[in-house]
Amino acid sequence: MDVGHWLEGLGQSNPVALAAIRVVLLVLPILVLVPGLIWLERRLLSWMQDRIGPNRTGTVTFPSNFPLKFLAGKKVRTFGLLQPIADGVKLFLKEDVTPSAIDKLVYFLAPFLALFPAFALGATLPWASTGFMPFTSIPGPYSLLTPVANVEIGILYVLAISSLGAYGLVLAGYASNNKYSLMGGIRASAQLISYELGMGVSLACVALATGSLKMPDMVMQQEAALWGVAEHIQNWFVFTPWGLVSAIVFLICLVAETNRAPFDLPEAENELIAGYHTEYSSMKFAVFFMGEYAAMFLLSGVFAAVFLGGYNLVPVRWEHLADTYPAMAGFYGAMAKLNYWLGPLWFLGKCAGGVAFFIWLRATLPRLRYDQLMSLGWKTLLPLAVANFIVVALYIVFTSLYGPAGGWGAWGGATLVLVLLYLNIAAATRKGPLASPPRRIALVDGTEAPASLREREQVKT
Amino acid sequence: MTANQVAFLLVGGLAALGATGVVACGEKPVRSALCLVLNFFLLGVLYFMLGAELLGIIQVMVYAGAIMVLFLFVVMVLALQSQEAPRHKERRWPLAIVGAIALAATVASVIVTFDPSPFSQPVGDGYGKPQAIGAYLFTEYALPFEVASVLLLVGIVGSVLLARRNA
Repeated sequence: MDVGHWLEGLGQSNPVALAAIRVVLLVLPILVLVPGLIWLERRLLSWMQDRIGPNRTGTVTFPSNFPLKFLAGKKVRTFGLLQPIADGVKLFLKEDVTPSAIDKLVYFLAPFLALFPAFALGATLPWASTGFMPFTSIPGPYSLLTPVANVEIGILYVLAISSLGAYGLVLAGYASNNKYSLMGGIRASAQLISYELGMGVSLACVALATGSLKMPDMVMQQEAALWGVAEHIQNWFVFTPWGLVSAIVFLICLVAETNRAPFDLPEAENELIAGYHTEYSSMKFAVFFMGEYAAMFLLSGVFAAVFLGGYNLVPVRWEHLADTYPAMAGFYGAMAKLNYWLGPLWFLGKCAGGVAFFIWLRATLPRLRYDQLMSLGWKTLLPLAVANFIVVALYIVFTSLYGPAGGWGAWGGATLVLVLLYLNIAAATRKGPLASPPRRIALVDGTEAPASLREREQVKT
Repeated sequence: MTANQVAFLLVGGLAALGATGVVACGEKPVRSALCLVLNFFLLGVLYFMLGAELLGIIQVMVYAGAIMVLFLFVVMVLALQSQEAPRHKERRWPLAIVGAIALAATVASVIVTFDPSPFSQPVGDGYGKPQAIGAYLFTEYALPFEVASVLLLVGIVGSVLLARRNA
């Protein structure tokens, strides 16, 4: 591998240049993909809502006397792919309104504080395999290119940086000197603080199961045999019972952290105009917009890496299959190589799938009420994540003591106890059925309504 | 000057500036809080530069990411009620001078008696790594760790009680 050797040489002679390449390889795809994501959102949303959506921009109709005969009079459709560019030009050329009674410094700082964490999030995210190349014990070129920094604290870094994301929104809300903006900012900070907890605990479960905080280690752990039993299938964490619970909690917290519908209370347009970015126009608004999409994309990547097997296309252990069935070794080996070398593509695909899921949620679910938001975060997700954490801890201890059977026994027992505990708590705190008086339909003067009217009313209700 | 020294001076100087800004922006509480955020963040960066990754990231996550967001939240809720921060016009020069001298004396005493020899030794293998710190927390410092968490729990229960009584 020439590129591999060259990178290795570069790493030894000029590590700073190699680090710069790593950063560019992370940031550039996001910058390029954000317009694509906006197009995806608009098209997908319109399809889900049974509308047409932006499908015209970029469609060219050639005149009938066009020099190239095969194009003359033809219509070339691009499915509105140029719409994001038109959107960008529009945002760029719009009048840049700056309100007068604002905190100038903070006002201009806020969009950048919103953008910075979104891009910094991916620094510990592996977008391709950092392990050995298939059927060898040589680390491949990808291990030099990703992640940007393979630090011991990988997943904690993601949590820390995503918690810094609150500042952009909070400060934008404060600096605009607009009460709706301020309300949006306050909602954003309360929401982000609340959902960080569930997110942290659900990731702690994964860290506990992996025994490492490094994200490449987490992905590699998922390449082991499923449940320690099924040897040909990869143990993606979303397939394990505790991992599934963690993944659901993490996914919900993810939507809340990125302020996407149904958790877009900070910018609820029918209550707060546009929330924290009400007073931001033109490019300053575009920066917020971009930050939101970049964060959505990268956090989908984190979800993919932590729960969905990262850069592996399908949960099949090709190399193990090739070793077990030598007759099919050629095919399985080719699949293993395909899986390894096109890893970045699979990873991008999973990120895009995550974004599509976000869009689907937006098209499906109505916005939560503020109290529903808080009670979901604190009374449902956090206890669920903590219970899951206890179960994982027991599972690990019993697996190391009594092998897989002991581990699963402990898992079942702990789950049973926790479910019973929950049912008991629910029964103890349940309020009785509402004691509402039986429905009675009376006329204005208090006499009972005639039977015919009552029947009609009953049909209606 | 080596590259390390330049980086330290840059980050450390900015952190010191941020700390000064906390007091200097007294008229605007949000800017004050922002300066504190800058200081906390750069302190985390300084920990990183020392190789204490876990400490650094916890500094960023807990102080810059959680506590200061709460601070800002409170400042903003207060700003909703009254736009003007209370002004302290009177200046207490004698007290300020005494305090400054005391602080300078403390810092000077540390600098004068500073023994750099422990810092020139190479650090151990697991230095600053989560595994090493976790092992200490669960063995040697298990009791202080648990006492601290009980303290936090008491704090939470206490605040809930206080809030209940007022409601």
